[in-house]
Amino acid sequence: MKRQRDTLLIGMTALSAVMVLVALYLALVGAPEANLSSETGRYAQRIIYFHIATAWVGFLAFFVTFVGGVAYLRTQSRSWDIVALSSAEIGTVFMLGVLVSGSIWAKPAWGVWWVWDERLTISLVQFLIYVGYLMLRASVEDPSRRARFSAVYGIVAFISVPINFIAIRLWRTQHPLMFGSSGGGLSDDMMFAFFFCLATFTVWYATLMWHRIRLENFRDDVAQLKQKLLD
Amino acid sequence: MGYLRKVLAIVWKDIVAELRTKEMFSAMFVFAVLVIVVFNFAFDLRVTGDRVREVAPGALWVAFTFAGILGLNRAFVAERDSGCLEGLLLAPVDHTAIYFGKMISTVLFMLVVEALMLPVFTAFFGVNLFDLGLVLIIVLGTLGFAGVGTILSAMTAQTRAREVLLPILLLPVAAPVLIAAVKATSGILDGQTMAEVALWWQLLLAFDVLFPAVAFMTFDFIVKE
Amino acid sequence: MAVQQSPAIEVQKLTKAFGHQAALRGVDLQVGEGEFLALFGPNGAGKTTLIRIVASLTRPTGGTVRIRGEELGKAGTALRQQIGLISHNPLLYGDLTPDENLRFFARMYDLEDPAARIDAVLEQVGLLARRHDPVRTFSRGMLQRLTIARAILHDPAIMLLDEPYTGLDLQAADMLRAVLEELAASNRTVILTTHNLEQGLEMCDRAAILNRGKVAWQGARAGLDLQTMKEHYRNVTRPA
Repeated sequence: MKRQRDTLLIGMTALSAVMVLVALYLALVGAPEANLSSETGRYAQRIIYFHIATAWVGFLAFFVTFVGGVAYLRTQSRSWDIVALSSAEIGTVFMLGVLVSGSIWAKPAWGVWWVWDERLTISLVQFLIYVGYLMLRASVEDPSRRARFSAVYGIVAFISVPINFIAIRLWRTQHPLMFGSSGGGLSDDMMFAFFFCLATFTVWYATLMWHRIRLENFRDDVAQLKQKLLD
Repeated sequence: MGYLRKVLAIVWKDIVAELRTKEMFSAMFVFAVLVIVVFNFAFDLRVTGDRVREVAPGALWVAFTFAGILGLNRAFVAERDSGCLEGLLLAPVDHTAIYFGKMISTVLFMLVVEALMLPVFTAFFGVNLFDLGLVLIIVLGTLGFAGVGTILSAMTAQTRAREVLLPILLLPVAAPVLIAAVKATSGILDGQTMAEVALWWQLLLAFDVLFPAVAFMTFDFIVKE
Repeated sequence: MAVQQSPAIEVQKLTKAFGHQAALRGVDLQVGEGEFLALFGPNGAGKTTLIRIVASLTRPTGGTVRIRGEELGKAGTALRQQIGLISHNPLLYGDLTPDENLRFFARMYDLEDPAARIDAVLEQVGLLARRHDPVRTFSRGMLQRLTIARAILHDPAIMLLDEPYTGLDLQAADMLRAVLEELAASNRTVILTTHNLEQGLEMCDRAAILNRGKVAWQGARAGLDLQTMKEHYRNVTRPA
């Protein structure tokens, strides 16, 4: 049974790797060029494939952390806590990816490293919330309390995201952005690349989750063995 | 109405304790004043005259935020230190009463500090802040801030990092309060009516209702081992 | 004599783990109505954890606790009205006076005539004279006396004491003994945990020894002397 699962994990990891490579190709080379005036602008536009896919995973991971938290509070089962924790860790990295890829795009497109547009701002806030989650976990030693607190914070944070988004959006419309929002119509070929990237990142997320959960389970096993020896 | 009476008992206890020492209270007030002074230094070199009014709402709410964080920290750290939280947990009342009691006393302390800050602010920034609409915004903003802050403070008071962790957790989550409060304050100072800034105080109202509801469902998990 | 009623406290298969560390590994214990149980055990045996769970401060990992037939988890807040606790924490507000502290707890416990009751308990613990001084100025002994006052204020049917003699001066210890005697004489159910075999045996109806998260021995007080008790204790806590 364990053999089968390990094989499946290896398979998934390999699949993720392949998909990422394909996605890279599609995004950087395969997809047709955008209808923009400047060369750097055209090239930079390609980041949209990864940028939005990353943001999607960031949000998905956040949602999974929320679900894991609620499930933990109901069942008091460590497994759900592991799910919440793993998703938060992975989500933090992806959220950072959103910010960095956003920056990389902003520079050639608009000439600045950062703009306070609504989407980037909400991503920044979400990233900070994730970081807060990890810091909260780091400062609680008792595992049961750590799980409970993280779960509650995960719930509070998740509920605050839509409100945050509304607030930031309203805030932004008061000061119309100097730079227009990106995207607009994507052609069919672009759409394919776009959705492929979305799928790739989702598979990648699932693979990472599996690895991380597995790792945390091992940690638990080791701790348990240690405790048995000490008793 | 035993529940309500017990909530008020907690509020009463906090008030009596604070009146006796006045230490948190004076700390909050002095801190808020200091924030204003620092803002003056920070912006004075570049911002003069009319532009001061642009900065004023932000400065006001930053001062309130920092003072609020001090107040929130105190709400649970003191209980934690003398182990008194257990005394509250032993009482035959739903644990959410602790949340509401603490939240209300925090709101009261913040409101008193804010009320004292208004004349100070008016003097320092030369902006007239005595407006009924503004008072409402301040009340709504304070409620929202304390509403979610009390949940988080109950947690962070029991962690290793203590006071340091609260602002890290609170500020991103309470950002809508800050955004809405500053926007509404700016609007009112610019002469708009309450109807014109309705968007913002409605957002505040939603926030004010939402988080106590969340607290109601999750507070027990925070305080009970 | 056996009246068919639920025991005051019934603990079944109680387990509690802190992370991977097991504090209680399956405790089965019954304390009848009006019974005084002395609970002994070395450090780390789980005495405090057990008391905290019965007081509903800590949630068990497994097993059940019933107070007068009602399960602790489900019946919730109402049961707490009947429970009083004296533990390591004084659970008192330093900035308030004894009078204010007791008035607060009187409200939290919905007492009918708080003023009279507060006067009565303050007199019982000998703190009437200091009732308007802030608690933070109190000595350890006075603090413990006020703790006792707080615990008996709402006249709980079940009294839990977790090593209450720790750090008490002679005067406070005597006063505690007087209170315990009164509890023993009245129809209260009491669980007292202590290191001191002699003190524990003094007033109990039954004794039990907790070791490594389980009840290692229990028996009636009748016919038990200090020597025998010490032997039981040594047998049970001998390193495996």
